[in-house]
Amino acid sequence: MPAIEVNELVVRYGEVTAVDRLSVSAEAGEILALLGPNGAGKTTTVETLEGYRRPAEGEVRVLGLDPVAQRRQLVPRIGVMLQRGGVYPSMTPRRAAALFASYYADPVDPAELLAQVGLERVADTSWRRLSGGEQQRLSLALALVGRPQVAFLDEPTAGVDPAGRLAIRAVVAGLRDRGVCVVLTTHELEEAERLADRIVIIDRGRTVGAGTPAELMATAGGRQIRFGAPAGMDVAALGRAMAAAVVEERPGEYVIDKEATPAAIAALTAWLAERDLPLADLRAGRHSLEDVFLRLTGSGGS
Amino acid sequence: MSAATASVPRPAPRGRLLAAQAAAEVGMTLRRGESVLLALGIPVMLLVFFSVVHVLPTDTTRPVDFLGPGILALAVMSTAMVSLGIATGFERGYGVLKRLGTTPLGRPSLLAAKTAAVLAVELIQVIVLVPVAVGLGWKPGGDVGLAVAAVLAATVAFAGLGLLMAGTLRPEATLAAANGLYLLLLLLGGMVVPLSKLPAALRAVARGLPAAALSGALKGALTGSGHVSPHDWVVLAAWAIGAPVAAAFTFRWE
Repeated sequence: MPAIEVNELVVRYGEVTAVDRLSVSAEAGEILALLGPNGAGKTTTVETLEGYRRPAEGEVRVLGLDPVAQRRQLVPRIGVMLQRGGVYPSMTPRRAAALFASYYADPVDPAELLAQVGLERVADTSWRRLSGGEQQRLSLALALVGRPQVAFLDEPTAGVDPAGRLAIRAVVAGLRDRGVCVVLTTHELEEAERLADRIVIIDRGRTVGAGTPAELMATAGGRQIRFGAPAGMDVAALGRAMAAAVVEERPGEYVIDKEATPAAIAALTAWLAERDLPLADLRAGRHSLEDVFLRLTGSGGS
Repeated sequence: MSAATASVPRPAPRGRLLAAQAAAEVGMTLRRGESVLLALGIPVMLLVFFSVVHVLPTDTTRPVDFLGPGILALAVMSTAMVSLGIATGFERGYGVLKRLGTTPLGRPSLLAAKTAAVLAVELIQVIVLVPVAVGLGWKPGGDVGLAVAAVLAATVAFAGLGLLMAGTLRPEATLAAANGLYLLLLLLGGMVVPLSKLPAALRAVARGLPAAALSGALKGALTGSGHVSPHDWVVLAAWAIGAPVAAAFTFRWE
Protein backbone atom coordinates (compact mmCIF):
# COMPACT_ATOMS: atom_id res chain seq x y z
CA MET A 1 0.00 0.00 0.00
CA PRO A 2 1.46 3.40 -0.92
CA ALA A 3 1.76 5.90 1.92
CA ILE A 4 -0.08 8.50 -0.10
CA GLU A 5 -2.19 8.08 -3.18
CA VAL A 6 -3.81 10.75 -5.31
CA ASN A 7 -6.03 9.50 -8.08
CA GLU A 8 -7.42 11.80 -10.78
CA LEU A 9 -7.88 14.54 -8.19
CA VAL A 10 -9.94 17.59 -9.12
CA VAL A 11 -10.33 20.50 -6.67
CA ARG A 12 -12.27 23.62 -7.55
CA TYR A 13 -12.65 26.99 -5.86
CA GLY A 14 -15.92 28.23 -7.32
CA GLU A 15 -15.30 28.54 -11.05
CA VAL A 16 -11.55 28.09 -10.76
CA THR A 17 -10.12 24.60 -11.13
CA ALA A 18 -7.06 24.58 -8.87
CA VAL A 19 -6.19 20.91 -9.36
CA ASP A 20 -7.12 19.19 -12.59
CA ARG A 21 -6.97 15.36 -12.79
CA LEU A 22 -3.77 15.04 -10.83
CA SER A 23 -2.42 11.60 -9.94
CA VAL A 24 0.60 10.89 -7.79
CA SER A 25 1.67 8.42 -5.13
CA ALA A 26 4.57 7.94 -2.73
CA GLU A 27 5.85 5.10 -0.58
CA ALA A 28 7.07 4.92 2.99
CA GLY A 29 10.65 6.15 3.20
CA GLU A 30 10.28 8.25 0.10
CA ILE A 31 10.64 12.01 -0.20
CA LEU A 32 8.35 13.42 -2.85
CA ALA A 33 8.56 17.04 -3.96
CA LEU A 34 5.68 18.79 -5.65
CA LEU A 35 7.43 21.43 -7.69
CA GLY A 36 5.74 24.21 -9.56
CA PRO A 37 5.29 27.94 -9.90
CA ASN A 38 3.11 29.83 -7.44
CA GLY A 39 -0.55 29.05 -7.95
CA ALA A 40 0.16 25.71 -9.64
CA GLY A 41 -2.03 23.76 -7.21
CA LYS A 42 0.68 22.32 -4.95
CA THR A 43 -0.74 23.60 -1.68
CA THR A 44 -4.28 22.67 -2.68
CA THR A 45 -3.12 19.10 -3.39
CA VAL A 46 -1.32 18.84 -0.06
CA GLU A 47 -4.25 20.35 1.84
CA THR A 48 -6.57 17.81 0.27
CA LEU A 49 -4.26 15.06 1.54
CA GLU A 50 -4.34 16.70 4.98
CA GLY A 51 -8.14 16.66 4.95
CA TYR A 52 -8.59 20.45 4.79
CA ARG A 53 -10.33 20.29 1.40
CA ARG A 54 -12.65 17.82 -0.24
CA PRO A 55 -11.97 16.55 -3.72
CA ALA A 56 -14.56 17.65 -6.29
CA GLU A 57 -13.66 14.50 -8.23
CA GLY A 58 -11.19 11.67 -7.86
CA GLU A 59 -9.90 10.41 -4.54
CA VAL A 60 -6.99 10.72 -2.16
CA ARG A 61 -5.78 8.21 0.42
CA VAL A 62 -3.18 8.65 3.13
CA LEU A 63 -1.99 5.42 4.78
CA GLY A 64 -5.01 3.86 3.10
CA LEU A 65 -7.42 6.22 4.88
CA ASP A 66 -9.78 8.87 3.58
CA PRO A 67 -8.46 12.16 5.06
CA VAL A 68 -11.95 13.61 5.56
CA ALA A 69 -14.12 10.62 6.44
CA GLN A 70 -11.45 8.87 8.55
CA ARG A 71 -9.92 12.00 9.99
CA ARG A 72 -9.77 10.82 13.60
CA GLN A 73 -7.83 7.70 12.73
CA LEU A 74 -5.52 9.49 10.34
CA VAL A 75 -4.63 12.67 12.20
CA PRO A 76 -2.40 11.11 14.90
CA ARG A 77 -0.35 9.44 12.15
CA ILE A 78 0.46 12.52 10.05
CA GLY A 79 2.55 15.63 10.66
CA VAL A 80 1.65 18.93 9.06
CA MET A 81 3.72 22.02 8.39
CA LEU A 82 1.57 24.79 6.98
CA GLN A 83 2.97 27.30 4.52
CA ARG A 84 2.84 29.97 7.19
CA GLY A 85 1.71 30.44 10.77
CA GLY A 86 0.13 27.66 12.75
CA VAL A 87 1.72 28.55 16.09
CA TYR A 88 0.35 30.68 18.94
CA PRO A 89 2.15 34.00 18.39
CA SER A 90 2.80 34.52 22.10
CA MET A 91 4.18 31.02 22.65
CA THR A 92 7.86 30.16 22.94
CA PRO A 93 9.32 27.19 21.04
CA ARG A 94 9.79 25.36 24.34
CA ARG A 95 6.16 25.72 25.37
CA ALA A 96 4.82 25.06 21.88
CA ALA A 97 6.86 21.86 21.55
CA ALA A 98 5.72 20.69 24.99
CA LEU A 99 2.08 21.45 24.19
CA PHE A 100 2.15 19.66 20.84
CA ALA A 101 3.99 16.74 22.44
CA SER A 102 1.14 16.42 24.94
CA TYR A 103 -1.24 15.58 22.07
CA TYR A 104 0.54 12.26 21.40
CA ALA A 105 0.97 9.06 23.38
CA ASP A 106 4.63 8.59 22.45
CA PRO A 107 6.07 11.93 21.34
CA VAL A 108 9.66 12.83 20.57
CA ASP A 109 11.36 14.54 23.53
CA PRO A 110 10.62 18.25 22.93
CA ALA A 111 14.08 19.42 24.00
CA GLU A 112 15.75 16.93 21.70
CA LEU A 113 13.53 18.04 18.84
CA LEU A 114 14.36 21.73 19.34
CA ALA A 115 18.06 20.84 19.35
CA GLN A 116 17.64 18.93 16.08
CA VAL A 117 16.22 21.95 14.31
CA GLY A 118 18.72 24.28 15.99
CA LEU A 119 16.34 26.31 18.13
CA GLU A 120 17.79 25.82 21.64
CA ARG A 121 19.21 29.32 21.61
CA VAL A 122 15.77 30.88 21.03
CA ALA A 123 13.74 28.27 22.93
CA ASP A 124 12.39 30.94 25.29
CA THR A 125 11.72 33.65 22.71
CA SER A 126 8.08 34.11 21.72
CA TRP A 127 7.14 32.96 18.22
CA ARG A 128 6.32 36.54 17.26
CA ARG A 129 9.94 37.57 17.82
CA LEU A 130 11.54 34.69 15.93
CA SER A 131 13.01 35.25 12.48
CA GLY A 132 11.14 33.83 9.50
CA GLY A 133 13.56 30.94 9.29
CA GLU A 134 13.25 30.15 12.99
CA GLN A 135 9.47 30.16 12.70
CA GLN A 136 9.71 27.70 9.81
CA ARG A 137 12.00 25.42 11.81
CA LEU A 138 9.65 25.49 14.80
CA SER A 139 6.77 24.67 12.52
CA LEU A 140 8.77 21.73 11.16
CA ALA A 141 9.56 20.54 14.67
CA LEU A 142 5.87 20.67 15.64
CA ALA A 143 4.99 18.63 12.55
CA LEU A 144 7.37 15.88 13.68
CA VAL A 145 6.81 15.77 17.44
CA GLY A 146 4.21 12.99 17.17
CA ARG A 147 6.52 10.63 15.18
CA PRO A 148 4.30 10.79 12.07
CA GLN A 149 4.33 8.14 9.37
CA VAL A 150 3.62 10.75 6.72
CA ALA A 151 4.86 14.34 6.94
CA PHE A 152 3.44 17.12 4.77
CA LEU A 153 5.77 20.09 4.51
CA ASP A 154 4.44 23.08 2.59
CA GLU A 155 7.37 25.22 1.40
CA PRO A 156 9.59 24.12 4.29
CA THR A 157 12.62 26.17 3.27
CA ALA A 158 10.90 29.32 2.03
CA GLY A 159 12.48 32.36 3.65
CA VAL A 160 15.02 30.26 5.56
CA ASP A 161 18.67 31.30 5.65
CA PRO A 162 21.38 28.91 4.38
CA ALA A 163 22.23 27.52 7.82
CA GLY A 164 18.56 26.89 8.52
CA ARG A 165 18.20 25.13 5.18
CA LEU A 166 21.02 22.78 6.05
CA ALA A 167 19.32 21.93 9.35
CA ILE A 168 16.00 21.33 7.61
CA ARG A 169 17.59 19.16 4.91
CA ALA A 170 19.31 17.07 7.56
CA VAL A 171 16.05 16.56 9.45
CA VAL A 172 14.18 15.61 6.27
CA ALA A 173 16.90 13.14 5.27
CA GLY A 174 16.63 11.63 8.76
CA LEU A 175 12.90 11.10 8.21
CA ARG A 176 13.59 9.06 5.09
CA ASP A 177 15.93 6.83 7.09
CA ARG A 178 13.18 6.15 9.61
CA GLY A 179 10.75 5.12 6.90
CA VAL A 180 8.64 8.25 6.99
CA CYS A 181 6.99 9.32 3.75
CA VAL A 182 7.62 13.03 3.22
CA VAL A 183 5.55 15.10 0.82
CA LEU A 184 6.89 18.59 0.37
CA THR A 185 6.09 21.48 -1.91
CA THR A 186 8.51 24.01 -3.25
CA HIS A 187 8.77 26.49 -6.08
CA GLU A 188 12.56 26.35 -5.84
CA LEU A 189 14.23 23.90 -8.14
CA GLU A 190 17.39 23.66 -6.16
CA GLU A 191 15.49 22.69 -3.03
CA ALA A 192 13.52 20.02 -4.87
CA GLU A 193 16.72 18.61 -6.32
CA ARG A 194 18.51 18.56 -2.97
CA LEU A 195 15.66 17.31 -0.81
CA ALA A 196 13.64 14.92 -2.89
CA ASP A 197 13.97 11.38 -4.15
CA ARG A 198 11.30 12.04 -6.69
CA ILE A 199 9.86 15.23 -8.16
CA VAL A 200 6.46 15.83 -9.64
CA ILE A 201 6.28 19.05 -11.61
CA ILE A 202 2.86 20.65 -11.45
CA ASP A 203 1.59 23.50 -13.55
CA ARG A 204 -1.96 24.87 -13.64
CA GLY A 205 -3.18 21.94 -11.58
CA ARG A 206 -1.77 19.25 -13.86
CA THR A 207 1.27 17.01 -13.73
CA VAL A 208 3.66 18.10 -16.47
CA GLY A 209 6.62 15.95 -15.53
CA ALA A 210 7.67 13.37 -12.96
CA GLY A 211 10.70 11.35 -12.01
CA THR A 212 13.95 11.47 -10.10
CA PRO A 213 15.93 14.67 -10.66
CA ALA A 214 18.29 12.71 -12.98
CA GLU A 215 15.41 11.22 -14.96
CA LEU A 216 13.79 14.59 -15.43
CA MET A 217 16.99 16.06 -16.74
CA ALA A 218 17.50 13.11 -19.05
CA THR A 219 14.04 13.43 -20.58
CA ALA A 220 14.77 17.02 -21.38
CA GLY A 221 17.49 16.06 -23.83
CA GLY A 222 20.43 14.94 -21.78
CA ARG A 223 23.81 16.50 -21.99
CA GLN A 224 24.93 19.60 -23.76
CA ILE A 225 27.77 22.04 -24.34
CA ARG A 226 27.14 25.73 -23.86
CA PHE A 227 29.56 28.45 -24.89
CA GLY A 228 29.86 32.09 -25.76
CA ALA A 229 31.37 33.31 -29.04
CA PRO A 230 30.76 36.17 -31.48
CA ALA A 231 27.13 36.52 -32.49
CA GLY A 232 25.94 35.34 -35.88
CA MET A 233 28.33 32.41 -36.45
CA ASP A 234 27.38 29.81 -39.05
CA VAL A 235 25.64 27.30 -36.78
CA ALA A 236 24.94 24.95 -39.67
CA ALA A 237 28.62 24.64 -40.46
CA LEU A 238 29.51 24.15 -36.82
CA GLY A 239 26.74 21.56 -36.56
CA ARG A 240 28.25 19.57 -39.42
CA ALA A 241 31.68 19.74 -37.81
CA MET A 242 30.30 18.60 -34.46
CA ALA A 243 27.80 16.11 -35.89
CA ALA A 244 25.14 17.54 -33.55
CA ALA A 245 22.51 20.24 -33.52
CA VAL A 246 23.77 23.72 -32.64
CA VAL A 247 21.50 26.58 -31.64
CA GLU A 248 22.25 30.21 -30.97
CA GLU A 249 19.92 30.73 -28.01
CA ARG A 250 20.67 34.40 -27.65
CA PRO A 251 23.08 36.50 -29.72
CA GLY A 252 26.53 35.17 -28.88
CA GLU A 253 25.31 32.27 -26.72
CA TYR A 254 25.37 28.83 -28.30
CA VAL A 255 24.21 25.37 -27.23
CA ILE A 256 25.43 22.13 -28.79
CA ASP A 257 23.28 19.07 -28.17
CA LYS A 258 26.18 16.77 -27.47
CA GLU A 259 27.89 15.29 -24.48
CA ALA A 260 30.89 17.34 -23.41
CA THR A 261 33.55 14.71 -24.02
CA PRO A 262 37.15 15.92 -24.37
CA ALA A 263 36.95 14.99 -28.07
CA ALA A 264 33.85 17.10 -28.60
CA ILE A 265 35.43 20.06 -26.82
CA ALA A 266 38.57 19.60 -28.95
CA ALA A 267 36.45 19.58 -32.13
CA LEU A 268 34.71 22.78 -31.04
CA THR A 269 37.90 24.63 -30.16
CA ALA A 270 39.56 23.44 -33.38
CA TRP A 271 36.63 24.74 -35.42
CA LEU A 272 36.84 28.11 -33.68
CA ALA A 273 40.66 28.23 -34.01
CA GLU A 274 40.48 27.67 -37.78
CA ARG A 275 38.28 30.74 -38.04
CA ASP A 276 40.25 32.66 -35.41
CA LEU A 277 37.11 33.17 -33.30
CA PRO A 278 37.35 33.90 -29.57
CA LEU A 279 35.74 31.54 -27.08
CA ALA A 280 34.18 32.74 -23.86
CA ASP A 281 32.33 31.06 -21.03
CA LEU A 282 32.53 27.41 -22.03
CA ARG A 283 30.28 25.20 -19.89
CA ALA A 284 30.11 21.48 -20.16
CA GLY A 285 27.35 19.65 -18.41
CA ARG A 286 23.75 18.60 -18.27
CA HIS A 287 20.58 20.47 -18.82
CA SER A 288 19.87 22.04 -15.51
CA LEU A 289 16.65 21.16 -13.76
CA GLU A 290 15.77 24.77 -14.41
CA ASP A 291 15.79 24.19 -18.16
CA VAL A 292 13.46 21.25 -17.69
CA PHE A 293 11.21 23.20 -15.39
CA LEU A 294 10.97 26.21 -17.63
CA ARG A 295 10.34 24.07 -20.68
CA LEU A 296 7.64 21.97 -18.97
CA THR A 297 5.82 24.80 -17.28
CA GLY A 298 6.22 27.18 -20.19
CA SER A 299 6.99 29.93 -17.71
CA GLY A 300 10.40 30.81 -19.15
CA GLY A 301 10.82 33.10 -22.13
CA SER A 302 11.70 31.20 -25.32
CA MET B 1 4.99 -0.97 4.32
CA SER B 2 8.33 -1.01 6.09
CA ALA B 3 9.65 0.01 9.50
CA ALA B 4 7.09 2.78 9.82
CA THR B 5 4.29 0.34 10.61
CA ALA B 6 6.23 -1.00 13.61
CA SER B 7 4.59 1.60 15.82
CA VAL B 8 1.46 3.39 14.72
CA PRO B 9 1.42 6.80 16.43
CA ARG B 10 -1.48 7.16 18.85
CA PRO B 11 -3.07 10.23 20.42
CA ALA B 12 -2.54 10.97 24.10
CA PRO B 13 -5.40 9.91 26.40
CA ARG B 14 -8.26 12.39 26.02
CA GLY B 15 -8.08 13.61 29.65
CA ARG B 16 -4.37 14.36 29.53
CA LEU B 17 -4.77 16.10 26.22
CA LEU B 18 -7.62 18.29 27.48
CA ALA B 19 -5.79 19.18 30.68
CA ALA B 20 -2.65 20.17 28.78
CA GLN B 21 -4.56 22.34 26.33
CA ALA B 22 -6.65 24.02 29.04
CA ALA B 23 -3.53 24.72 31.11
CA ALA B 24 -1.82 26.20 28.05
CA GLU B 25 -4.86 28.41 27.35
CA VAL B 26 -4.99 29.68 30.95
CA GLY B 27 -1.22 30.25 30.92
CA MET B 28 -1.40 32.30 27.73
CA THR B 29 -4.26 34.39 29.13
CA LEU B 30 -2.42 35.13 32.37
CA ARG B 31 0.79 36.01 30.51
CA ARG B 32 -1.00 38.52 28.25
CA GLY B 33 -0.86 41.90 29.97
CA GLU B 34 -3.99 43.20 28.27
CA SER B 35 -5.96 40.12 29.32
CA VAL B 36 -5.01 40.57 32.96
CA LEU B 37 -5.90 44.25 32.75
CA LEU B 38 -9.27 43.34 31.27
CA ALA B 39 -9.95 40.43 33.61
CA LEU B 40 -8.79 41.96 36.88
CA GLY B 41 -7.36 45.46 36.50
CA ILE B 42 -10.37 47.28 35.10
CA PRO B 43 -12.99 45.51 37.30
CA VAL B 44 -10.97 46.20 40.45
CA MET B 45 -10.43 49.82 39.48
CA LEU B 46 -14.11 50.40 38.70
CA LEU B 47 -15.17 48.63 41.86
CA VAL B 48 -12.86 50.60 44.14
CA PHE B 49 -13.27 53.96 42.44
CA PHE B 50 -17.06 54.03 42.28
CA SER B 51 -17.43 52.53 45.76
CA VAL B 52 -15.28 55.26 47.25
CA VAL B 53 -16.31 58.15 45.01
CA HIS B 54 -20.09 58.38 45.16
CA VAL B 55 -20.84 59.78 41.73
CA LEU B 56 -22.85 56.91 40.32
CA PRO B 57 -26.61 57.27 40.40
CA THR B 58 -27.03 53.89 42.09
CA ASP B 59 -30.41 53.17 43.61
CA THR B 60 -28.88 51.37 46.60
CA THR B 61 -27.89 53.19 49.75
CA ARG B 62 -24.26 52.17 49.34
CA PRO B 63 -22.79 51.99 45.80
CA VAL B 64 -20.97 48.74 46.55
CA ASP B 65 -24.22 46.85 47.01
CA PHE B 66 -24.98 47.68 43.40
CA LEU B 67 -21.39 47.47 42.14
CA GLY B 68 -20.49 44.09 43.68
CA PRO B 69 -22.78 41.99 41.48
CA GLY B 70 -22.42 44.44 38.59
CA ILE B 71 -18.63 44.13 38.51
CA LEU B 72 -18.82 40.33 38.77
CA ALA B 73 -21.06 40.42 35.70
CA LEU B 74 -18.54 42.67 33.96
CA ALA B 75 -15.75 40.22 34.84
CA VAL B 76 -17.65 37.33 33.26
CA MET B 77 -18.29 39.36 30.12
CA SER B 78 -14.63 40.44 29.89
CA THR B 79 -13.32 36.90 30.00
CA ALA B 80 -15.98 34.95 28.15
CA MET B 81 -16.62 37.44 25.36
CA VAL B 82 -13.78 39.93 24.96
CA SER B 83 -10.74 37.91 25.98
CA LEU B 84 -11.90 34.67 24.36
CA GLY B 85 -13.10 36.42 21.21
CA ILE B 86 -9.94 38.43 20.63
CA ALA B 87 -7.58 35.54 21.40
CA THR B 88 -9.52 33.15 19.18
CA GLY B 89 -9.67 35.73 16.40
CA PHE B 90 -5.91 36.07 16.38
CA GLU B 91 -5.42 32.30 16.62
CA ARG B 92 -7.59 31.99 13.56
CA GLY B 93 -5.66 34.75 11.79
CA TYR B 94 -2.32 33.13 12.57
CA GLY B 95 -3.44 29.74 11.29
CA VAL B 96 -3.32 28.20 14.77
CA LEU B 97 -6.87 26.87 14.58
CA LYS B 98 -6.18 25.43 11.14
CA ARG B 99 -3.02 23.75 12.38
CA LEU B 100 -4.73 22.32 15.46
CA GLY B 101 -7.25 20.74 13.08
CA THR B 102 -4.55 18.25 12.03
CA THR B 103 -3.51 17.30 15.56
CA PRO B 104 -5.22 14.69 17.71
CA LEU B 105 -6.69 17.57 19.73
CA GLY B 106 -9.47 18.17 17.22
CA ARG B 107 -12.16 20.83 17.35
CA PRO B 108 -14.52 19.48 20.05
CA SER B 109 -11.62 19.07 22.50
CA LEU B 110 -10.27 22.50 21.63
CA LEU B 111 -13.67 23.99 22.43
CA ALA B 112 -13.86 22.01 25.67
CA ALA B 113 -10.38 23.19 26.67
CA LYS B 114 -11.24 26.80 25.91
CA THR B 115 -14.41 26.49 28.00
CA ALA B 116 -12.46 25.05 30.91
CA ALA B 117 -9.89 27.83 30.59
CA VAL B 118 -12.58 30.53 30.62
CA LEU B 119 -14.17 29.01 33.73
CA ALA B 120 -10.77 28.79 35.43
CA VAL B 121 -10.05 32.47 34.75
CA GLU B 122 -13.53 33.39 35.99
CA LEU B 123 -12.82 31.51 39.19
CA ILE B 124 -9.62 33.53 39.64
CA GLN B 125 -11.62 36.72 39.05
CA VAL B 126 -14.17 35.75 41.69
CA ILE B 127 -11.39 34.91 44.14
CA VAL B 128 -9.88 38.38 43.62
CA LEU B 129 -13.01 40.53 43.21
CA VAL B 130 -15.28 39.19 45.98
CA PRO B 131 -12.82 39.93 48.81
CA VAL B 132 -12.21 43.42 47.37
CA ALA B 133 -15.96 44.10 47.25
CA VAL B 134 -16.45 42.67 50.74
CA GLY B 135 -13.59 44.82 51.94
CA LEU B 136 -15.47 47.82 50.55
CA GLY B 137 -18.52 46.86 52.58
CA TRP B 138 -20.45 44.53 50.28
CA LYS B 139 -22.46 41.88 52.17
CA PRO B 140 -23.41 39.25 49.67
CA GLY B 141 -26.15 36.87 50.76
CA GLY B 142 -28.90 35.02 48.99
CA ASP B 143 -28.41 31.89 46.92
CA VAL B 144 -24.90 31.20 45.60
CA GLY B 145 -26.22 28.29 43.54
CA LEU B 146 -28.47 30.61 41.56
CA ALA B 147 -25.57 32.98 40.99
CA VAL B 148 -23.37 30.15 39.71
CA ALA B 149 -26.13 29.00 37.35
CA ALA B 150 -26.52 32.52 36.00
CA VAL B 151 -22.75 32.85 35.52
CA LEU B 152 -22.62 29.53 33.63
CA ALA B 153 -25.50 30.51 31.34
CA ALA B 154 -23.99 33.94 30.72
CA THR B 155 -20.57 32.42 30.06
CA VAL B 156 -22.05 30.29 27.30
CA ALA B 157 -23.90 33.30 25.88
CA PHE B 158 -20.88 35.63 25.95
CA ALA B 159 -18.54 32.96 24.64
CA GLY B 160 -20.96 32.45 21.77
CA LEU B 161 -20.85 36.17 20.98
CA GLY B 162 -17.05 36.26 21.23
CA LEU B 163 -16.67 33.26 18.94
CA LEU B 164 -19.26 34.66 16.54
CA MET B 165 -16.99 37.67 16.03
CA ALA B 166 -13.78 35.63 16.05
CA GLY B 167 -15.07 33.20 13.47
CA THR B 168 -16.35 35.71 10.95
CA LEU B 169 -14.24 38.89 11.23
CA ARG B 170 -10.58 39.65 10.62
CA PRO B 171 -8.58 39.56 13.90
CA GLU B 172 -8.19 43.34 13.99
CA ALA B 173 -11.92 43.79 13.37
CA THR B 174 -12.70 41.30 16.15
CA LEU B 175 -10.46 43.30 18.46
CA ALA B 176 -12.34 46.51 17.64
CA ALA B 177 -15.80 44.95 17.70
CA ALA B 178 -15.23 43.10 20.99
CA ASN B 179 -13.94 46.23 22.69
CA GLY B 180 -16.80 48.31 21.30
CA LEU B 181 -19.38 45.79 22.42
CA TYR B 182 -17.68 45.62 25.82
CA LEU B 183 -18.09 49.35 26.33
CA LEU B 184 -21.68 49.33 25.04
CA LEU B 185 -22.71 46.43 27.27
CA LEU B 186 -20.83 47.94 30.20
CA LEU B 187 -22.99 51.07 29.92
CA LEU B 188 -26.25 49.30 29.04
CA GLY B 189 -25.64 46.23 31.20
CA GLY B 190 -26.70 47.53 34.58
CA MET B 191 -23.10 47.03 35.71
CA VAL B 192 -22.10 50.57 36.65
CA VAL B 193 -25.24 52.50 35.61
CA PRO B 194 -28.56 51.19 36.95
CA LEU B 195 -31.06 50.37 34.22
CA SER B 196 -33.61 52.56 36.05
CA LYS B 197 -31.55 55.61 35.10
CA LEU B 198 -31.73 54.87 31.38
CA PRO B 199 -34.39 56.47 29.14
CA ALA B 200 -37.37 54.16 28.71
CA ALA B 201 -36.62 53.18 25.11
CA LEU B 202 -32.98 52.44 25.85
CA ARG B 203 -33.96 50.54 28.98
CA ALA B 204 -36.27 48.31 26.93
CA VAL B 205 -33.36 47.43 24.62
CA ALA B 206 -30.96 46.94 27.51
CA ARG B 207 -33.30 44.53 29.25
CA GLY B 208 -33.09 42.22 26.26
CA LEU B 209 -29.28 42.05 26.34
CA PRO B 210 -27.31 39.33 28.12
CA ALA B 211 -25.25 41.83 30.12
CA ALA B 212 -28.24 43.34 31.93
CA ALA B 213 -29.76 39.91 32.43
CA LEU B 214 -26.58 38.68 34.10
CA SER B 215 -26.09 41.70 36.34
CA GLY B 216 -29.79 41.60 37.22
CA ALA B 217 -29.62 37.88 37.95
CA LEU B 218 -26.50 38.25 40.11
CA LYS B 219 -28.00 41.15 42.01
CA GLY B 220 -31.17 39.18 42.63
CA ALA B 221 -29.39 35.95 43.52
CA LEU B 222 -26.93 37.52 45.95
CA THR B 223 -29.33 39.88 47.73
CA GLY B 224 -31.79 39.07 50.47
CA SER B 225 -33.22 35.58 50.16
CA GLY B 226 -31.97 35.17 46.61
CA HIS B 227 -34.37 35.40 43.72
CA VAL B 228 -33.80 35.71 39.98
CA SER B 229 -36.59 37.09 37.85
CA PRO B 230 -38.00 34.82 35.14
CA HIS B 231 -37.29 37.62 32.68
CA ASP B 232 -33.55 37.45 33.39
CA TRP B 233 -33.56 33.66 33.04
CA VAL B 234 -35.37 33.83 29.71
CA VAL B 235 -33.00 36.45 28.32
CA LEU B 236 -29.91 34.55 29.52
CA ALA B 237 -31.21 31.26 28.17
CA ALA B 238 -32.10 32.78 24.79
CA TRP B 239 -28.61 34.24 24.35
CA ALA B 240 -26.99 31.07 25.70
CA ILE B 241 -28.68 29.11 22.94
CA GLY B 242 -28.78 31.66 20.13
CA ALA B 243 -25.22 33.00 20.26
CA PRO B 244 -23.35 29.67 20.21
CA VAL B 245 -25.64 28.33 17.49
CA ALA B 246 -25.00 31.42 15.37
CA ALA B 247 -21.26 31.04 16.02
CA ALA B 248 -21.30 27.35 15.12
CA PHE B 249 -23.06 28.01 11.82
CA THR B 250 -20.89 30.92 10.74
CA PHE B 251 -17.47 30.02 12.16
CA ARG B 252 -14.75 29.84 9.50
CA TRP B 253 -11.67 28.01 10.74
CA GLU B 254 -9.24 29.68 8.33
